[in-house]
Amino acid sequence: MLRMLRIAAAACIAALVPFAAGAKEREIAVGLQSPVTSMDPHYHNLSPNNSLLIHIYEPLVYRDANGKLKPGLAVSWKALDDLTWEFKLRRNVKFHDGTPFTAEDVVATYKRVPNVPNSPSSMATFVKPIVEAKIVDPYTLVFKTAFPHVLMPSDLAAVDIIPKAVAEKAATEDFNSGKAAIGTGPYKLVEFVPNQRIVLKANYGYWGGEEPWDKVTFKILPNAAARVAALLSGDVQLIESVPTSDIAQLAANRNFALADKVSNRVIYVHLNQWNEKTVPFVTAKDGKPLDKNPFRDARVRKALSIAINREAIADRVMEKKAIPAAQLLDYSFFGTSRKLKPAKYDPEGAKKLLAEAGYPNGFALTIHGPNNRYINDDKIAQAIAQFYSRIGLDVKVETLPSSVYFTRATKGDFGYMLLGWGTESDEQGSAMRSLLATRDPDKGMGVNNRGRYSNPVFDKQLTDALFTMDDAKREALLRQAAETVMNDTGLIPIHYEVSTWATAKGYRYTPRVDQYTLVTDLKPVGK
Amino acid sequence: MLAFTIRRLAQSIVVLAAMALIVFLGVYAIGNPVELLVNPMADEAERARATAALGLDKPVLEQFAIFLVRAAQGDLGRSFVYNIPAIQLILDKLPATLELAAVAMVIAIALGIPLGLLAGLRPNSYLGRTIMAGSILGFSLPTFWVGLVLIMLFSVELGWLPSNGRGETVLLLGVPVSFLTVDGLKHLAMPALNLALFRLALLIRLTRASAREAALQDYVKFARAKGLAPTRVIGVHILKNIVIPIVTVIGLELGSVIAGAIVTETIFAWPGTGKLLIDSINQLDRPVIVAYLLVIVTIFIAINFAVDVLYSLLDPRVRLVAPAAAGH
Repeated sequence: MLRMLRIAAAACIAALVPFAAGAKEREIAVGLQSPVTSMDPHYHNLSPNNSLLIHIYEPLVYRDANGKLKPGLAVSWKALDDLTWEFKLRRNVKFHDGTPFTAEDVVATYKRVPNVPNSPSSMATFVKPIVEAKIVDPYTLVFKTAFPHVLMPSDLAAVDIIPKAVAEKAATEDFNSGKAAIGTGPYKLVEFVPNQRIVLKANYGYWGGEEPWDKVTFKILPNAAARVAALLSGDVQLIESVPTSDIAQLAANRNFALADKVSNRVIYVHLNQWNEKTVPFVTAKDGKPLDKNPFRDARVRKALSIAINREAIADRVMEKKAIPAAQLLDYSFFGTSRKLKPAKYDPEGAKKLLAEAGYPNGFALTIHGPNNRYINDDKIAQAIAQFYSRIGLDVKVETLPSSVYFTRATKGDFGYMLLGWGTESDEQGSAMRSLLATRDPDKGMGVNNRGRYSNPVFDKQLTDALFTMDDAKREALLRQAAETVMNDTGLIPIHYEVSTWATAKGYRYTPRVDQYTLVTDLKPVGK
Repeated sequence: MLAFTIRRLAQSIVVLAAMALIVFLGVYAIGNPVELLVNPMADEAERARATAALGLDKPVLEQFAIFLVRAAQGDLGRSFVYNIPAIQLILDKLPATLELAAVAMVIAIALGIPLGLLAGLRPNSYLGRTIMAGSILGFSLPTFWVGLVLIMLFSVELGWLPSNGRGETVLLLGVPVSFLTVDGLKHLAMPALNLALFRLALLIRLTRASAREAALQDYVKFARAKGLAPTRVIGVHILKNIVIPIVTVIGLELGSVIAGAIVTETIFAWPGTGKLLIDSINQLDRPVIVAYLLVIVTIFIAINFAVDVLYSLLDPRVRLVAPAAAGH
């Protein structure tokens, strides 16, 4: 009753003073950078969607702020043998419409996932390895897989569970209208206005306990300056992706607090090794073609790596919001090797290596990169070009909008490609598998190996690791594979992005490695 | 008049079809939407599935033919990104853009023409010079910068106006409008002013130049000599004669304000079609781009038609005839 009164009071106040400065006690607004495209949890596998929807729907397995797995709608899980996983489900969980959560809902959800009409990016990949789902009892599920699927719990962390009745009938429109937006999460959907705002209200019956917020409004504010202005003026209390240029100003202001954390996104360079003889946009200095592809020579790749001053890029270009990279994920993540250190800046050594490889006078190359995809992407490309001119290369830089850039990069149109990769599984195996394994799309190997790097020794080590069920053994094998491929400069890692959030006074945000912005991680302070 | 209208209509349909083809080929040349839409982790089978689901597995001309057939039946396709009919996505956002554009134009006209007349009739006065200096600022300051300065001043420093979004709306003849509520007006003030600034400056300069020219004409001198009241000289003899170029420019600018509100909409997070278009281009969401441009071209055609009709009402010498019938 008291709560009802409180909500009623909050509603009255909200109606009377619709834009009083600052926030109402239990109401907050959040400024997001990227649009959320749907309220259907299985329509579009896209970070901004997954981040927002996890407030409403929940997966069997959660990730904590550091990317480690923890119980969600499942309380525990284990591999019974190489091809069998058992999940024990949480009891006494209710969906927003009051129906109890059981194994039936999980099975119906996984059946729906590959069959969402018109989905531009489905989540089928995560449930495809399951060949059979057996309901042992309402709270015990056994999954059979086609192959030893070590990342099963990690994959299922990406799939939100909806009630059986909804999974069998609802279309994407029904989720967007709110009719079918029924989950078990800490918040319920009030309103979804595409490209504008998403309004949530608290689910007071949430199994995980009460949240500090009654009502949350997510506003889509893609313009960085406008997002910061919204925070400064009190229209929102939390923003994501603080532009690097505004960080100093906000840090100096006592009315605001910053929170940052290394992300699972690495910025790196792929070198085109498609062809033995030729490579696009790389020529001798007089413009004539080279007699062979220099990027197939490990000495050239290493020279191009040690010629980059990563510290300087992290400090100056990224305003310290980046950490120089030695592999595909920072040391805190699973499967990374402490033996790998960021390449030391050594222009003299780079010149020597180029001379050994037969290029004492260097060559000419064009650096290609996107200009609206990663933090300061075009400036990073410019900085790399300057380092290369110091080792005697003739360098041009061309940056393109991502709508143009990625299509051409995938086709192998570029020689030197600046790219980024966020490892959603938070373990290095899947990143190496996608970016560095010899390309074999049918087996899901090297799907994003845009450089076509290929190393049989590394492939063998990686494949062994990917199919080892035991976590400790797998991690050791992954480390070994990472050392092999990084010492061979299979790609050139530049840095890990550090993501930054800013909050108004009176709030504290606990940042996450997956760059999700969750109000469940936002707490009031000092009250 | 009827022949004129029919001829215009036929021309318009050709223009719309040609534009749709250009956009189709253009988006096709830019890149592959699946590259941007599909999750990077996805395997080859998933990419093939997404390509087929969006109808992108067919040759581009076949895709265009399918589009034409559906468009003739009133179906402009579904957004790749949102899986919502493209036209619905646009029509949901269009009232916000039209409202912003209309309010901006009202501000520009209501201030621009009187200020321009003042400056034109008293070119050497202190006031006239101040107006002209101000109009140079309005011309030359970039929209995004003015927008941010407005936000810094009125939202961050003074805290009077909200920095982003559209306020409370009420239904007027079934269309949601925000200019009838206090909250709506507060949200509308800064973006409308920001958008109006350039047009305001333009109208001031245009009105001033025309008024200066007209003021020296014999008929104006004669009217003065006849002893007519100054208000009648200005209102009838000067204003009526300079209004034709002004109406032309207002017509053109109204179109460009609707299509060009993109910067303002992005800065103030105004939920209009400009923002939708930019996002759609970045994501290569072709159905939305095509539908948006079709709507905008239709609006341009309608405005031009209205301007032509207005000419004939304002200037008795102008007759609406199709060029062939006129015998040129």
